Amino acid sequence: MRLEQHPILEFHRGRRITIDFEGRNVPAFEGEPIAAALHAAGVTTLSHSVRTHSPRGLFCAIGKCAACVMEVNGIPNVRTCIEPVRQGMRVRRQSAEHPPPGNPENFMPRFHEPETVETDLAIVGGGPAGLSAAVYAGRFGLRSIVVEENYLVGGQLIKQTHKFFGSRSHYAGVRGVDIAAILIREARDTGADIWTSSSVIGYFPEKELGVIRNGRYLRIRARNILVATGASEKMISFPGNDLPGVYGAGAIQTLMNVHGIIPGRRVLMVGAGNIGVIVAYQLMQAGVQVAAVCEGLPRVGAYLVHSAKLLRLGVPILTAHTVSKAWGNGHLKGVEIQAVDSRWQPIAGTEKRFEVDTLGLAVGLSPSVELLSQAGAKMCWVSELGGYVARHDEFMQTSIPGVFVAGDVAGIEEASAAMMEGRIAGIHAARRLLGPSTELDSLHREQAAELAVMRDGPFGEKARLGNQRLLKEA
Amino acid sequence: MKCTKLGYFTDDTIDFPPLERLEKRFVAVAECGQEIPCNPCVDACPVGAITIGENINHIPHIDFQRCTGCGICLGVCPGLSIFMAHRKGDTGWVTLPYELFPPDEGEEVDLLDRQGKKVGRGVVEKIRRLKQHDRTLLITLRMAADLIHAVRGFRRSG
Repeated sequence: MRLEQHPILEFHRGRRITIDFEGRNVPAFEGEPIAAALHAAGVTTLSHSVRTHSPRGLFCAIGKCAACVMEVNGIPNVRTCIEPVRQGMRVRRQSAEHPPPGNPENFMPRFHEPETVETDLAIVGGGPAGLSAAVYAGRFGLRSIVVEENYLVGGQLIKQTHKFFGSRSHYAGVRGVDIAAILIREARDTGADIWTSSSVIGYFPEKELGVIRNGRYLRIRARNILVATGASEKMISFPGNDLPGVYGAGAIQTLMNVHGIIPGRRVLMVGAGNIGVIVAYQLMQAGVQVAAVCEGLPRVGAYLVHSAKLLRLGVPILTAHTVSKAWGNGHLKGVEIQAVDSRWQPIAGTEKRFEVDTLGLAVGLSPSVELLSQAGAKMCWVSELGGYVARHDEFMQTSIPGVFVAGDVAGIEEASAAMMEGRIAGIHAARRLLGPSTELDSLHREQAAELAVMRDGPFGEKARLGNQRLLKEA
Repeated sequence: MKCTKLGYFTDDTIDFPPLERLEKRFVAVAECGQEIPCNPCVDACPVGAITIGENINHIPHIDFQRCTGCGICLGVCPGLSIFMAHRKGDTGWVTLPYELFPPDEGEEVDLLDRQGKKVGRGVVEKIRRLKQHDRTLLITLRMAADLIHAVRGFRRSG
């Protein structure tokens, strides 16, 4: 269902067009992705699992998982969550007995001698970290290319309706969606070239990236590379977790706050960390009922000011509860949760059932480190940072000289931290090319000090300990 | 900490203004007893009544005597965690920051406490939209005076 009004956001929809979904006309608006248009038309089953043929729906909505891949104009495996609609587009679901039609030559990229583009700084990912790096490097005259696989830039900031915490230099008090607009403008103003709908598909020594841009393969030869690829939503296991209607919490935000489409009428949220609590609140803001938030830990992990906002609206937060199963015929109809003891064992007789058509999972994030790992950067497991991360020094440089990391890919943290790390990486990319200068050094000290202060509070503890461990290993 | 189990700030963690200050005019009450890196309220207060100190993680402190009850900090606080209260005789008022679809002025509503439990009925007396609050509304509810420390939300009954 499409939202016409929102207390905070305005939806600027493009021209009304029509796409063809399995022989049926589906209305859509220019500027929205295929998966969103299908959702607005009530189509939530986007694919089927190969082995069990069970229906699958949207899960991450940012191009990280494969739940939404469909056949578009004869091309298979298109991520419909980041592919914008076009008039007359033909979309259909694919499955084992639905092989893609026709000749692969129609959709395989043609081999050709790739064009090579040179740049001072190639940035993989156009979120808060990548854009901040472009801004800071750009101030010192570095030319950068920001490669973003989504057709929209700004990463996860573009779906945040709440005002950010922090201090003035981190845009405190500004809504996330507005911070995205500021960063994009600043990056363009400092000369960054932003390539949307462009995917980095591999790293080649020395510092070359293979990129598919507008269906064409090319290479970027970079003097520095920043990997700012963000993170992907984690999943937990319970029967029915792959039903359409079970979304990563971020996917709900994308549908609702970027495209103005609500995922359902009544929602249960799993996870009372900041993301779960914020998304539950944003659902209420859009006029969607939230039945409850459940959380496996015996306490609320979110900032208490966030959870307090939700509780005073009358949404209960059930701590020490986990999902035991979900059911539905083709789409989610209900969820059962259960209390757990201190060893996470379900307690019999505590089952509670909720009739909901939407389940949001906000159970943590994993750094998207694939490119770093393929590039041969030294990796290590730091549980405080969310799993495998690239070893990096205090300048955000990995074990490969000139290859930097910033943001969630360097360890799960807040967008404010991503911006500071991005700035530090941008400063040091400039330092590598221009040599040390008092201006660069003092800018580094300023950003490093702000990052340290932010991590100094109780909520910064995980990042602080994780980064200490990482620096020891580097 | 009891609050992290419950998800909200319990009375014992909140610094409530003294009765005589509450009777004078509106006064700000911060419900922000957890260290998070945040300080826009300090910059926003036109009379310098809010202090946090050197470390941005510290908890804000409001000087009730200096606070004029202007309400600017309410709409600036990213956590929507500053409220205002006032009482005169049997009547009390609570002003809260709000970012959902607003009710109408004059509308009767159910009054909710920090846990979302109904504690009485009240009236939406005034809705303020300030440009510097960037779409955050300030809603003033009228109620029985003894409810001003309990009411932090409302529900439209219609």
